[in-house]
Amino acid sequence: MMATLRGARDGYGDALVELGKENDRIAALDADLSKSTRTWDFGTMFPDRFFEMGIAEQDMISTAAGLALGGFIPFANSFAIFITGRAFDQIRQQIALANLNVKICGSSAGITQGPDGATHQSVIDVSLMRSLPNMTVIVPSDAEEARLATHAAAAHEGPVYLRLSRYDTPVWREADRPFRIGEAEVRRAGRDITIASTGVLLGRALDAADQLASQGIEAEVLNVHTIKPLDRRAILESAARTGALVTFEEHSVIGGLGSAVAEALAESSIRVPFRRIGVQDVFGETGLADELLAKHGLTAENLVVIVRELVAAKDGATGEDRPTAARR
Amino acid sequence: MISNSPPAGSARPPVADLVRMAAEVRLQVVEAMTPGKFHHYGGSLSETDLMVALYHYKLRLRPDDPGWPERDRFILSKGHSVPSQYVCLARRGFFPMSDLDNFKTLGSPLQGHPDMRKTRGLEANTGSLGMGLSASNGLALAARSKGLGYHVYTLMGDGELMEGQVWEAAMTSGHHRLDNLTAIVDRNGLLTTGRTEDRKGLEPLADKWRAFRWNVLQIDGHDMAQICDALDTATATKGQPTVIIASTTKARGIPFLENQPGSHNAMLTPEQHAEAVRILESNLAALEN
Repeated sequence: MMATLRGARDGYGDALVELGKENDRIAALDADLSKSTRTWDFGTMFPDRFFEMGIAEQDMISTAAGLALGGFIPFANSFAIFITGRAFDQIRQQIALANLNVKICGSSAGITQGPDGATHQSVIDVSLMRSLPNMTVIVPSDAEEARLATHAAAAHEGPVYLRLSRYDTPVWREADRPFRIGEAEVRRAGRDITIASTGVLLGRALDAADQLASQGIEAEVLNVHTIKPLDRRAILESAARTGALVTFEEHSVIGGLGSAVAEALAESSIRVPFRRIGVQDVFGETGLADELLAKHGLTAENLVVIVRELVAAKDGATGEDRPTAARR
Repeated sequence: MISNSPPAGSARPPVADLVRMAAEVRLQVVEAMTPGKFHHYGGSLSETDLMVALYHYKLRLRPDDPGWPERDRFILSKGHSVPSQYVCLARRGFFPMSDLDNFKTLGSPLQGHPDMRKTRGLEANTGSLGMGLSASNGLALAARSKGLGYHVYTLMGDGELMEGQVWEAAMTSGHHRLDNLTAIVDRNGLLTTGRTEDRKGLEPLADKWRAFRWNVLQIDGHDMAQICDALDTATATKGQPTVIIASTTKARGIPFLENQPGSHNAMLTPEQHAEAVRILESNLAALEN
């Protein structure tokens, strides 16, 4: 059976309409990208609560702050790089500092944005948003998870950054799995290494784990959909148990999941082989999403290679070099 | 010494009363600005008459119920000149006057720039310039969408108008014909380093606003009767937002600081501070006689 392929943005658009029907405080703003960001349906159904701000992201974010002050729960939308980059100071001062109930929705995030190239691809948005006090940062891995994350963001009182990809994938999420902000999910149990994945790479992480199993390596796959607050306890517990850890993200290794996990690991007593797989401090470029993911090593095949190296480092270590598990 | 505030949002108080209150507020602002520290004298004193007209006449507020949904909203977009607003909020009873003694010190609710999470009566966080009009649009759109009758006011600096976002926002207000929104420009003509017209000219300023579909009123920002009339005209104007371009003098009331760019953020010696207080006290005494 051919699975329906959809992007996180599609599940987000569905959720926005669902939310609009059940709560008249839900509002949305867009900056002339509503067909792409999937706010179009909401705008058609709830024109009194949809604000097309034109091509003016800073004005949009500050207007969203005003709508929140006026009692709405606004979802502000643009491409991830524009909404977090161009409107960063507005988000910082008027939403994060003021701790307003605004949801910042960064669409077409990552290099999977594709052919538009470096100007439109965001590999730093998580880094920017994670640095802001009061901000929650969520990176859904598929359309269904994005739908659930959007509902969770609406129910959460305070600023949330939703990182939404346009990359079409099957839904990997189990139908009955609840979504909880801040919870790293064990999507495959394993004993030999922990793969902490975020966003659209989850399917590739699960593929890699399948390939590794056939080679005798049992990888544990964590879906870290919430980068902030990071589920340090679950990630460190898993790493301590498996003895090796790798992060996997379609984002710069500076400031994203890899950084967050590295910080948690370094401050713990756990010493295990560790690698960050992600965009290695470079901008994107024009290409098809799959070509770009391959170029940056964001494939199941490359993940398998790295995992084998880490597992070998773990097994090859002896005596004082042997990585130690947590002594907690 | 300090008169009781009349109820705001009702009948217009006698102009002489508002003028006297503005003189009191100027004195209280400077008293809160401790000598030997940098303070934003220039903008705080150029806007004082506008602030007094808002808080002691125009704004419909309930200090004992600051979250009253129907209250008028005021956002000070030029957040650096918040001292005048703090004094007015204290006079209206949002917090004790004694809080002014700790203005801009560690642990004080009265931060260097407005923080709605720390100061009772503030409606937004401002400081980084150019953002207040957009937020005011959001509040005005929310009122329209919810059928609430409050009016939204925002006060901007003229130098602040060099921020591009102001004109994004001006386009939004004009497009949506937000007649429940009034912007006021404190046109003191000075930046921190020189004259606006020498650095990046704003003129023809009224034409700019008109081109963005705004109703434009131009007044003397130190003439209380003109200020009150303009505010009344603004709220009575339907079908488009109104901007009041108020010509003012930076650091109004302290002759040795007036019209100097350096008054934007200045440090007075104890002697200068005492002199400023003496001048403002004598101005007030002259009005009370």
